[in-house]
Amino acid sequence: MDRPLFARLEDVGVRYGTKVVMQNLTLDIVEGAITCIIGLSGAGKSTILRLLNGLKVPDSGRVFVRGKDLTTLRKDELIEMRRSIGFSFQFAALFDSLTIGDNVALPLRENTKMKESDILKLVEQTLDSVGLAHVMERYPSELSGGMVKRAGFARAVISNPAAVLYDEPTTGLDPIITHLLTDTIVRLRRQLNSTAVVVSHDLESIYLMADYIAMLFEGAIIAYGTVDEIMMSINPIVQQFLQGSEVGPIPI
Amino acid sequence: MNVIENAGRDTVGFLEYAGGVANLLGESASFIGRLRIRVKETLDQMYFLGVGSWSIVLLTALFTGMVFSLESALQAVRYGVGNFVGGAVAYAVVRELGPMLTAVVVAGRAGAAIAAEFGSMVVTEQIEALLSLGLSPIRMLVVPRLVALVVMLPVLTAIADLISCIGGMYIAQIYAHISYGSFIDSARSSLPIGDLPRSLIKSVVFAIIIASIGSYQGLSTRGGAAGVGKATTGAVVVSIILIFIFNFGLSAVLFQS
Repeated sequence: MDRPLFARLEDVGVRYGTKVVMQNLTLDIVEGAITCIIGLSGAGKSTILRLLNGLKVPDSGRVFVRGKDLTTLRKDELIEMRRSIGFSFQFAALFDSLTIGDNVALPLRENTKMKESDILKLVEQTLDSVGLAHVMERYPSELSGGMVKRAGFARAVISNPAAVLYDEPTTGLDPIITHLLTDTIVRLRRQLNSTAVVVSHDLESIYLMADYIAMLFEGAIIAYGTVDEIMMSINPIVQQFLQGSEVGPIPI
Repeated sequence: MNVIENAGRDTVGFLEYAGGVANLLGESASFIGRLRIRVKETLDQMYFLGVGSWSIVLLTALFTGMVFSLESALQAVRYGVGNFVGGAVAYAVVRELGPMLTAVVVAGRAGAAIAAEFGSMVVTEQIEALLSLGLSPIRMLVVPRLVALVVMLPVLTAIADLISCIGGMYIAQIYAHISYGSFIDSARSSLPIGDLPRSLIKSVVFAIIIASIGSYQGLSTRGGAAGVGKATTGAVVVSIILIFIFNFGLSAVLFQS
């Protein structure tokens, strides 16, 4: 692969208690591309996102982001690194005590010395870019699932991050909102000129947005490539997963 | 073998817990020392945790003072020492009952609220969201609550002391015909002037216990709704036990030296 890398997970091992989730996992995240990670529920896909912004420390191996090994960074360096990576959580993880506007403004208010008037302007612009400028004063509990996810996107991208990590961005949403969110991810990546890593089960969305797809199975990446390469894969596990078939090597 | 294993596991668990709380307090102190305190959030918490606890503290203090006086006044009059009732009530209330009962009531309300709020934030990934934004949950959440309680618990305790004494004075007058003047004179002569500030030192320690245990329990929540329930119960139980233990130690240090 000749394109520059945004991040690299190298021989990573992760364990939760006695359960081994990852073993010698190696994965490259290409700079400026959308990499989608697919795999069975509980395979550890979301853990990859947490490894990429240092929320999870691997039990073994190394995690490089822009050439820096996260496992050796000092606390203040890790915090700086996190600020350069947006994270959109599966259920948005908006702060219920804050309005949508305040949620989106929070990283700017806390991490920058921007003037309040500039912050408000940027928040409005960012919410507008995800179609939510009209709900700035409302609380997360007053919004639909799709709107909450989009507000989460807005908070993740407001600081103009180098990369955005999306955890299950379309899960549980209707097809129209799913399509809208998929478009939004592609558009935001282009607008920010950033890297995106998307964890999802939603194959239709993945085919629409992915530059690269990685399939995680039993703690390792068993397939990696462009959409076409993955669709043409001769790996029976990949084919069973893509077809959603009960018959095949994946134990049910 | 099982007994030894269990003892070992419990010891490790205790040390992890104590270390976790100490670490949380150390980080909080570091933010407070550098004046990295979110003022608006702290004022909001002073209102919610302090002013919001006012009514239950008042009721608890009032009835505690009244029942203490009820039990002591009639006996005192029977033995001809009615003029000591005011001193007995003030002494017990200011030194022990006021700080301790106020702390227990606030632990039940504010400590539980802190643990439940943080626990819910853990299970809905809001704490991870803070970390992912490069923000410290300790500075954003723990420090405002800690500072709010350290300021408000002594205020609540001073009010509770006063209300308890007023309740005691009223009951002493009604049931034992001890005049207000006699009650106040007895209280003033029995209670050293330094006891009030010393009792408020207790409140500061109790405030630190309530805020740190509530925060630690909440931030350590595992699992879903059941985990939040366990964290909340744990926060109240551990806080109350520590309040009783520290109360004894503080009384020994502050009042017996």
